[in-house]
Amino acid sequence: MTEETLDTSGISTVSPAAGTRLSLLLRGLRKAFVDVVAVDGLDLEVMQGECFGLLGPNGAGKTTTIEICEGLTTPDAGTVELLGLSWRTGANELRQRIGIQLQETQFPEKLTVEETLRLFRSFFHKGISVDESIRTAQLEEKRRSRVGGLSGGQKQRLAMACALVGDPELLFLDEPTTGLDPQARRHLWDLVDQLKQAGRTIILTTHYMDEAERLCDRVGIMDHGKIIALGTPPQLIASVGGEHIVEFAITGLGTDPVSIDVAQLTAIPGVQSHRVDAGLHQLSVSELHTTVPRIFAVAGAQGLHLTELRTHSATLEDVFVNLTGRNLRDE
Amino acid sequence: MNKLQLSSLYQLTLVRFRLFLREPEAIFWIFIFPILLALGLGIAFRNRPADVLQVGATTTHLTDALAADKGLKATTMSEAAGTHALATGDILLLAIETSDGVTYKFDDTNPDARIARLVADRAIQAAAGRNEVVRSRNQLIHEAGARYIDFVVPGLLGMNLMGSAIWGLGFSIVEARQKKLLKRLVASPMPRWQYLASFLLSRLVMLVIEILAFLGFARLVFGVPFRGSLWQLAFLCVLTSLSFSALGLLIASRAKTMEAASGLMNLVMLPMWILSGVFFSATRFPAVIQPVIRALPLTAAIDALRGNMLQGMNLAQLTAPVAILLAWLAFPFAISLRIFRWK
Repeated sequence: MTEETLDTSGISTVSPAAGTRLSLLLRGLRKAFVDVVAVDGLDLEVMQGECFGLLGPNGAGKTTTIEICEGLTTPDAGTVELLGLSWRTGANELRQRIGIQLQETQFPEKLTVEETLRLFRSFFHKGISVDESIRTAQLEEKRRSRVGGLSGGQKQRLAMACALVGDPELLFLDEPTTGLDPQARRHLWDLVDQLKQAGRTIILTTHYMDEAERLCDRVGIMDHGKIIALGTPPQLIASVGGEHIVEFAITGLGTDPVSIDVAQLTAIPGVQSHRVDAGLHQLSVSELHTTVPRIFAVAGAQGLHLTELRTHSATLEDVFVNLTGRNLRDE
Repeated sequence: MNKLQLSSLYQLTLVRFRLFLREPEAIFWIFIFPILLALGLGIAFRNRPADVLQVGATTTHLTDALAADKGLKATTMSEAAGTHALATGDILLLAIETSDGVTYKFDDTNPDARIARLVADRAIQAAAGRNEVVRSRNQLIHEAGARYIDFVVPGLLGMNLMGSAIWGLGFSIVEARQKKLLKRLVASPMPRWQYLASFLLSRLVMLVIEILAFLGFARLVFGVPFRGSLWQLAFLCVLTSLSFSALGLLIASRAKTMEAASGLMNLVMLPMWILSGVFFSATRFPAVIQPVIRALPLTAAIDALRGNMLQGMNLAQLTAPVAILLAWLAFPFAISLRIFRWK
């Protein structure tokens, strides 16, 4: 139904070396609030057609960074360039050319979906029709419903539609699925996928690693106001060293607390790293089928049992844990 | 879509109307409440025909003499029964025939009882054949324009213009700020001045309905007079509404929560409800604070409205209150534009 054409060349712009145009450029960005340095010397480039994700725990500085990009917060230091324009000289033009979805905007509850979109459409000189934005966000059945009666997922899709009515070249999504149930999240992901397919440049923040992995061409992992790792999800995951994570707990034959000789575990060929989290041992491993039997052997030799044995493919969560020693969800 | 629908100022103003009309409580407070208040006050303070005073007398002879006066309703009763009736308030005065004349039993701290004493004595003396030394005649006036309802209608109009402007702007803006809608609007290419202008535009349209309903009611039901020019009255209403809108904008320019805003609004409006002469003349307050009272926007508004409606004054005679209202329009508006918190 959408009239946008599929731009295959846009999708392939994964690496900054592809020679396409720069959509976003941040240099030496800094922003301090009274009690905390929210953004601490941040550099970033996002290419046209790319879907870029800022991943990090709450309080990492993601929202401050994205609000500086959106021209809502003035940085203490650093350069911000969007579509080759700066907020200082090109604010009016930029507002026309970007689309924004903020965290926790509550639209007036007594307006209908259509009325809300009509209002936002009126702010833009050019853009898609209100009908088209309703179709894109799949809110056809709700177009005459009041905003107050929408579900969380529908409200979030309305926020997306409001960001899309101006047919933006650059789209900012700040934690688009936070607080949504799994089904609504997947629905919203499909919508972002569509926008990606259409070749739009998207910059989103999230603290869900699965979201970043699923949606983003490139991810920057943020912690304490800095980007601590940057790359495609496969690149970042490869940086953990192993593609698989083995988790297990150990028990002895009696009730006494037991410990396992960690040096013997890390000596196993293919084991890249080891850590203990809440009593669970975690090993990153390159080849499961050769390594797991050896882990059993090491434990058996020390008279220990392995329990709760689990393996999974390494994720961005593991990348974050590896870099910071903390979980993404730790507060 | 036509051109009008694509205009953001039109859409913003339309949104203001929709949100207002979908809020039944707001409609009650702005359109219905002032009419109910005027109706209540009009009934409570209506000019009634002079009351007939209830009195008692111990003999039929006295009762007949008292009943001759149309202002009295007399009943014959024993002295004991009469004393009881006095205590329960059934009668205001008991005339007791004595050997050498008549004794009036009444409570002299009750004004009605004192009147009953005068009227009863006049009736009894006249029945006994007293001649008046000076001939007197009564000329009665029940003229529109001098009644309490005439006084209070311009007061209620001013109060209503204040309330609807301050509440209308204040709550909507602070709510939008608290719900992060203001931030979202600022993130869009919406021209900021249009957001504020949409409030003023919708206010002006609502004002017409509000004033026509209220003054129409006052005219039809109570016959409240309009002695001044109606165009000048309309101008005064618009000026008043704009001044209070500027004040509402100032109140809303920084407040982050509805609680803070509503506290500020009450702080601003409560003194004016009391001091500005809505229900009784502001001149009753001590001379020391009169300059302060005169400088309040609601005092100026009500003075101007009363001057126009009751005394038929024209704008040239109302320069002082109009100048005060203009000052209350200009300064709060300028300040709030400087300090307005958009996020």
